[in-house]
Amino acid sequence: MYDSGKIVTGLVIFGGLVTFPIWYNALTGKTGYVPKPKIVTEEKQCIEPKEYIRTRHKDLLKDWRESVVRNGIRTYVASNRKEYTMSLTRTCMKCHSNKLEEFCLQCHNYMAVTAKCWDCHAYPKGINLWESTEEGS
Amino acid sequence: MGIDRRGLLKAAGLSLLGLVTGPAWYFVSRAKLPEPSPTPKTLIGKKWGMVIEPKKCWGRDGCTDCIDVCHRVHNVPDLGNLKDEIKWIWTVPYGRAFPEHEHEFTEERLKDKPVTVLCNQCDNPPCIKYCPTRATWRREDGIVMMDFHRCIGCRYCMAGCPYGSRSFNWKDPRPFIKKINFEFPTRTKGVVEKCNFCQERLVQGLLPACVEACREKAMMFGDLNDPDSEIRQALKSHHIIQRLPELGTKPKVFYIV
Repeated sequence: MYDSGKIVTGLVIFGGLVTFPIWYNALTGKTGYVPKPKIVTEEKQCIEPKEYIRTRHKDLLKDWRESVVRNGIRTYVASNRKEYTMSLTRTCMKCHSNKLEEFCLQCHNYMAVTAKCWDCHAYPKGINLWESTEEGS
Repeated sequence: MGIDRRGLLKAAGLSLLGLVTGPAWYFVSRAKLPEPSPTPKTLIGKKWGMVIEPKKCWGRDGCTDCIDVCHRVHNVPDLGNLKDEIKWIWTVPYGRAFPEHEHEFTEERLKDKPVTVLCNQCDNPPCIKYCPTRATWRREDGIVMMDFHRCIGCRYCMAGCPYGSRSFNWKDPRPFIKKINFEFPTRTKGVVEKCNFCQERLVQGLLPACVEACREKAMMFGDLNDPDSEIRQALKSHHIIQRLPELGTKPKVFYIV
């Protein structure tokens, strides 16, 4: 093989660069990182079982959006027959109010999934939304 | 091994039963969930409309109560220049509101007087026909709604609207909102917005914010399909004009001048 020295060196450098994220995380001890979303609430259960919410919360939110915005229906009947107001800021944030960074963004950042909900849906930091009794969007 | 006629019939019968049981069970076992509904307070109308009497505004020079309250509750930003301006309700001189009624000898009492204008919530809205994503549509109660989630910011609707009722967010509006109303979402860069006839307030059983805020009672809101409604009475007993009716958009905002 001609120029084997150069080729092998080049391959080693290339391999090193490609696997950079792996060994960098291994060296800095981040391989075992698991996102830990925190929930501060007195409620025992989410509106639907935890497993369903974990995998399907996006579909649920999308359904709520369609229902409220396009059909004007704002009451959600959960699988346990309980009724909830379909509202991100009012219903979801009631429990998951502890900063986005501690809940939503824990997993979203880990998975590199951008959620743009908060570009428009505003909620005041440190204010208990659920103390307001009126319904909103 | 052979199968006799009787055996075949038995097997066929059982198979058929097996096929039917599943779907039948599905129909029988399906629990009836309570019907989700709007709240009992919700104002329900067949065809919402508005009557504006600009004469009443003129008594109170420079009053912007309706504009202020609308823009406050809907998080409408004040960008400080005309190019970027976002507006849900605003005023224009008489001649620009009703060009077909203006002429060389327009009465002094009307000439250049400010007329409050807003989205006409047309019965035949041109804007919705242009929207490629159906982000805007006409609801059953006649409100021309916007789904900000779905708007891609192509601005076809703005080109289609003959009243200039739609505004585009050229910038992130958040920093330009004096005080965010957390009851209503803000918009984001690249989205078109307009008056929504306060549908979020109708759900709560409230009248549109502008109607409620007007001290001169220059605005009236109601169901155009209800012959006994206040708004129908007003329409019956006054001379009514509309903005650009010749375009066939069938506006649902009427003016008494």
